[in-house]
Amino acid sequence: MKPPQSMFVIDTITHRLKRGCETMAYPDGPAPALPDRHGGALKVDASKCTDGCSACVSVCPTEAITRTTRMIAHPESPVALDLGRCIFCAACVEVCPPQAITQTGDHRMAVRRPEDLILGEAGREEVRLAAALDEKLRRLLGRSLRLRVVSAGGCGGCEADVNVLGTIGWDLSRFGIQYVASPRHADGLLITGCVSKNMELAVTKVWDAVPEPKIVIAVGACAISGGPFVGNPQILNGASSVVPVDLYIPGCPPHPLTILDGLLRLLDRLDNPSRENAANGQVS
Amino acid sequence: MSASTPFALLANATSLPWADVPAWPVGEFVRTTANELTRGARLCAWFGVPEDTATRIVAVLAFDVDNTLAVARSTPFTGAYPSLTTTHTQAHLFEREVWEQHGLIPEGHPWLKPVRKNNGNAPANGEFFRVDGREVHEVAVGPIHAGVIEPGHFRFQCAGEEVLHLEIALGYQYRGGEEALIGGPHRATMSQVETVAGDTTIAHATAYATIMESLAGVDDRSSTEAPLRSQWMRAIALELERLANHIGDMGALAGDVAFLPAMSACGKIRGDFLNLTALICGNRFGRGLVRPGGCHLDLDGERAAQLLERLNTALAETEQAVGWFWDAASVRARFENVGLVSPAQATEIGMVGPAARGCGLVRDVRYDHPAGWHRFAQVPVAVWPGGDIFARAKVRSLEIQRSGEYLRAQLATPVDGNLHSELAAPVPDTFAVALVEGWRGEVCHVALTDSAGRFRRYKIIDPSFHNWTGLTLAMRGAAISDFPICNKSFNLSYCGFDL
Repeated sequence: MKPPQSMFVIDTITHRLKRGCETMAYPDGPAPALPDRHGGALKVDASKCTDGCSACVSVCPTEAITRTTRMIAHPESPVALDLGRCIFCAACVEVCPPQAITQTGDHRMAVRRPEDLILGEAGREEVRLAAALDEKLRRLLGRSLRLRVVSAGGCGGCEADVNVLGTIGWDLSRFGIQYVASPRHADGLLITGCVSKNMELAVTKVWDAVPEPKIVIAVGACAISGGPFVGNPQILNGASSVVPVDLYIPGCPPHPLTILDGLLRLLDRLDNPSRENAANGQVS
Repeated sequence: MSASTPFALLANATSLPWADVPAWPVGEFVRTTANELTRGARLCAWFGVPEDTATRIVAVLAFDVDNTLAVARSTPFTGAYPSLTTTHTQAHLFEREVWEQHGLIPEGHPWLKPVRKNNGNAPANGEFFRVDGREVHEVAVGPIHAGVIEPGHFRFQCAGEEVLHLEIALGYQYRGGEEALIGGPHRATMSQVETVAGDTTIAHATAYATIMESLAGVDDRSSTEAPLRSQWMRAIALELERLANHIGDMGALAGDVAFLPAMSACGKIRGDFLNLTALICGNRFGRGLVRPGGCHLDLDGERAAQLLERLNTALAETEQAVGWFWDAASVRARFENVGLVSPAQATEIGMVGPAARGCGLVRDVRYDHPAGWHRFAQVPVAVWPGGDIFARAKVRSLEIQRSGEYLRAQLATPVDGNLHSELAAPVPDTFAVALVEGWRGEVCHVALTDSAGRFRRYKIIDPSFHNWTGLTLAMRGAAISDFPICNKSFNLSYCGFDL
């Protein structure tokens, strides 16, 4: 066995140089590909629903899909899928005979209002992607956004994929976005988890401690709606039950790319057009 | 020693009729349990089962040396009983939990207070232990911590820099997961089990699936085996989960002693391993892969080849990055003799997983209680004596190598056959136990069905439940400034504890 070696500063620097720059080109270059089995955002075209079929409703673990009795009586009434409750298990996609529910492979899902996550009606088959913060607030923030991350009844999944954005591969700090230790240093909160009753006081206090103006970003199915635990008596079914939310990023957990897209969208840092604009032919 | 036990024996991942579980009046039950623990058994689970207006206590023990589990119960009772904790410390949190959930009072328990119960908008923490003296001061940290981390409260009693005592108050993540299982399985049960501790999805999902398989009735006998191919896939996914988390921990430890090259590299490589899990099932944390009766998605030849290729690259990068870590004297010096837990203490409090193996304890479910694919393909137990941060890091480092080798061997010998078999309904009035060695240690699921075959009680014990006490012991006499690295060296789950 060789004796333990000593490592010198020069070795450290050499190692670092050897690895080179590991930060991805996105958003200047193409976005990294999602795993092929990820599926991305869902698209729901309720006009394809067969009469009386509600196969998707009964397989959804979080009851994200609704189709009321009244609607079955009127087959043209849409099924509604709440992407904020969705945990992307694709059970609905697998059981849907007419393929009314499909996977788009699109990583972009962040919205400003929860109703923009309800899919199904004509013209609302896909999420209505988030618009940027208003000009005044963006000017106030300047080139930086400092967030206090609060896990409140999270499972560690969203926390891990929020955290990973700080690593060298994603390098969130190149966008001026940083996670900070104190709410006093923050421009807003990034909340993960369903907000357990046991965290209600802490979330209220941390919100009060952030100076105005301030924003809230809810990351993951739990923080948007309660996720897999929706309806449990020990939880409050998401961040908006305690604080006003400005950006909703769906997923269980959202892929890091989806989270980054949401943050950049909010700050108007993406050059690529929103889907709405693209649909209107306003490709820039 | 298990040959002479009055407890009913059952192997990991099996079930037995509830009527076959021996029952004694609570005094005798506590004495008998204490006796078995003294003889070297380990307490895996201790929980209440309501019966009319009274409650039974159930004890699940592990005889690790004999590779068997054992179970017994008390007759139903209300009120007080002689505490097991007074003779066996490893019961202390279990007894607090039973008191909180069922009101059974363990007489003589030295520190009886709530575990996770809600008190309006925060947990009912109760009074904290206090050290008095002119030089003594108290430091309170949390529930919200400085980093991207789950919430919990730490209360330190310090004399200057030295920590005299640390008390950990959890419960902030309490989502009511265990209560939600009663009357189940429900539609949301599988996804709730997958998010009990979201970084341990495969281990918890495998434990749950194993429970459902051991409860499924065939010819009036319970126990159905999932197809071997799915068992093979679960074993692969379990080691990928271990690799991602261990490498993340190595990076976090490096970060906390300001050794940035290893921190940066490991942070990225961790993501590479999460992406390998996503290659199998689309989700970086393994959601949607393991299902009762088998696996939901296949690992076909082409995908397996791609997995192996990317695995080899990631393992080579890991070896390099972790090598820098061990080569740096400045890193080793920060970890040696810091955050000590003795083997005797680890045994006494029932520690599990890498934290226990870092105290030299040979304790690993994959080896002691093999079930599923681990009956055919074992992983060596990576042990390192010392009980300090160095040892806990070393065990992780060894396990990264062993898991890597294991994956290479498994991917070279794929198993043919079906991926999933339909399960019959669970047998009524049956008791089942499943242990899985998650990356933090022993994940224990226990189920009891009612007369209709639904869950009458479902108990989940994340390894963190055993190990948080280890962190408090590691901090005794340590400098408070060493708390972050001590905490990282355990890296326990808050939500897995709070459920």
